[in-house]
Amino acid sequence: MNEMQLLTWARGTGLNIAIGLFILGMLWRLIEIYTLGRKQDLAPARSVAGASGWHTIVRRSLPPHGMLKRSPVSYIGGYIFHIGLFIVVFLFAPHIKLAESLVGLSWPGLPSQVIDAVAVVTLATMLLVLFDRINNPVKRYLSSFGDYAAWALTFLPLLTGFLAVKHLLLPYTTMLALHILSVELLLVALPFTKLIHVFTLFASRWYNGDISGKRGVPA
Amino acid sequence: MTASLQKGINALKEVIDAPVASFFASCVHCGLCAEACLFYTETGDPKYTPIHKLEPLKRVYQQEYTLLGRLAKLAGLAKPVSDDELEAWSELVYDSCTLCGRCSMVCPVGNDLTYMIRKLREGMAVSGHAPEGIVNATKRTVELGGPMGLKWPAVQNVIKHVEADSGHKVPVDQAGAEYMVLLSSMEIVNYPEYIAALAKIFNKAGISWTLSSQAFEATNAGIQIGNSDLAREIVSRIVNAAEKLGVKKVLSPECGHAYMAIRWEGPNLVGRPFKFEVVHVLELLDELRAKGVLKMKDKLKTPVTLHDPCQIVRRGGVLNAPEALLKEVVVEFRPMTDRGKMNWCCGGGGGASAIHEPAAEELRYTAFKRKKAQIEETGVNTMVTFCANCRITLEEAVDHFEMNTQLLGLTELLAEHLED
Repeated sequence: MNEMQLLTWARGTGLNIAIGLFILGMLWRLIEIYTLGRKQDLAPARSVAGASGWHTIVRRSLPPHGMLKRSPVSYIGGYIFHIGLFIVVFLFAPHIKLAESLVGLSWPGLPSQVIDAVAVVTLATMLLVLFDRINNPVKRYLSSFGDYAAWALTFLPLLTGFLAVKHLLLPYTTMLALHILSVELLLVALPFTKLIHVFTLFASRWYNGDISGKRGVPA
Repeated sequence: MTASLQKGINALKEVIDAPVASFFASCVHCGLCAEACLFYTETGDPKYTPIHKLEPLKRVYQQEYTLLGRLAKLAGLAKPVSDDELEAWSELVYDSCTLCGRCSMVCPVGNDLTYMIRKLREGMAVSGHAPEGIVNATKRTVELGGPMGLKWPAVQNVIKHVEADSGHKVPVDQAGAEYMVLLSSMEIVNYPEYIAALAKIFNKAGISWTLSSQAFEATNAGIQIGNSDLAREIVSRIVNAAEKLGVKKVLSPECGHAYMAIRWEGPNLVGRPFKFEVVHVLELLDELRAKGVLKMKDKLKTPVTLHDPCQIVRRGGVLNAPEALLKEVVVEFRPMTDRGKMNWCCGGGGGASAIHEPAAEELRYTAFKRKKAQIEETGVNTMVTFCANCRITLEEAVDHFEMNTQLLGLTELLAEHLED
């Protein structure tokens, strides 16, 4: 198989398999988690403005009082790489074209120079948060293979994508094939790693806000 | 596997629900919960990270309720939860967690870690890995009626003294009263002024009330140890007494876990809504304040700060009444920086103050350094609070560090300055 065939496979069969496994995996996980259900709360609820699951979904995106100071790298680094990933994944013109070909939806993107800059900043920030994971005693203590694997699964598509666009290190065709393959790996693994938080965090925040909200506390 | 361990694991399987599964799935190991936990911030030891304290529950969840976990278990690749592990975890689940709920307020993915620790304690308790101090307190509550082993005749004795000293009558077993008043043993023994204060306030407001000889103890060690069967038995005494007397409302004392037990966990423990309403004493007082019934003859001249008990404020939802009431009775209130729903725990909640092993006590004093810094920042020597357990924990620590801080109970303070 030469690099062109590899790219063709990655773009066609590979992508179909990855998306299929991703959908099946996600469905399985979501069913596995949420069909466990929960008991009805029989204590009469308090009603307080701003105290509900929905409020917490939004509110928990900002650091609670005093927390930014306690862990600036987690918050600032976290914001930068999450927003950076969002921009690069969803606002890069070729990605939008791919979405259009897959689901028929299209939206305006950002100029490639902007995407380049965002990609560089995001790559650097991801290296910083990796360093923080190794350096910070709590994060290091909590980390196992899964945490580093999740980092690598996220980092690789970004890195290979950037290198492909910039025609660096390997021929474009090979690098693009590697980029697509790394995304496919990410898709297949996502439901079974902590990366699933992309989906489950909304429900988790909702539960937390709901439990607290019934008692009249905006969480 | 021993029978008790099997029981413990079964208990854990039973308490795992969709929120628990969602929380474990969402955790990204960011470690921010540690920054919210005074046992971590004051020791710097990462083992006190709240999500780490949940490791046994997480493994049971993964091995029993996830596809990959079950496959790993079948293949013999999963590490089963053992007695030794649970024994080692006792320190993390009891000594160094007061169920204060601060971590649940900061988790960026929204995990309610306290909700899960409470559930993990179910497995710890039935598998025999709860600390002796809490086990004994629970035993006394079930067998004798209260965590301190206080019986009704002793309470009667206190009532007699209160009536003689205050000149107010303390009604007992009066059917049809509006309020049935619950107490905590600690209040009866250490702060009988609380009963006098209530008598004075009820009389002044013209509200009928009663104590019950069948159920005077509000605290619930069953909830602290994490055993729902015992917690249900303890709560049922109150429910039966209140419904038999036909009272409209049951008044929870200042005590934090008592309020949690009767107001929020109670109906879920007995499996049905109550036929009465549960009101925290500060909610009642704030209502009387708003109505203009609670008038003060004078105010405390010394500047004060306020310690918010976790189970009443952050976990209990009595958010605004405490400060509003305090401002009625003091000339100067200097709030702490982190207060209300973001307060820091006294270090002795969740049953921790009942653990008397030297290491646990030492840890409690270390954790108290957070509160100590908060007090010092306000620059005042008087701290008001509204939980008998917080108060005892704080007083012990204040003595330990030879601080010049006086503790006052809010209800008692109000009663002292109430118009005659």
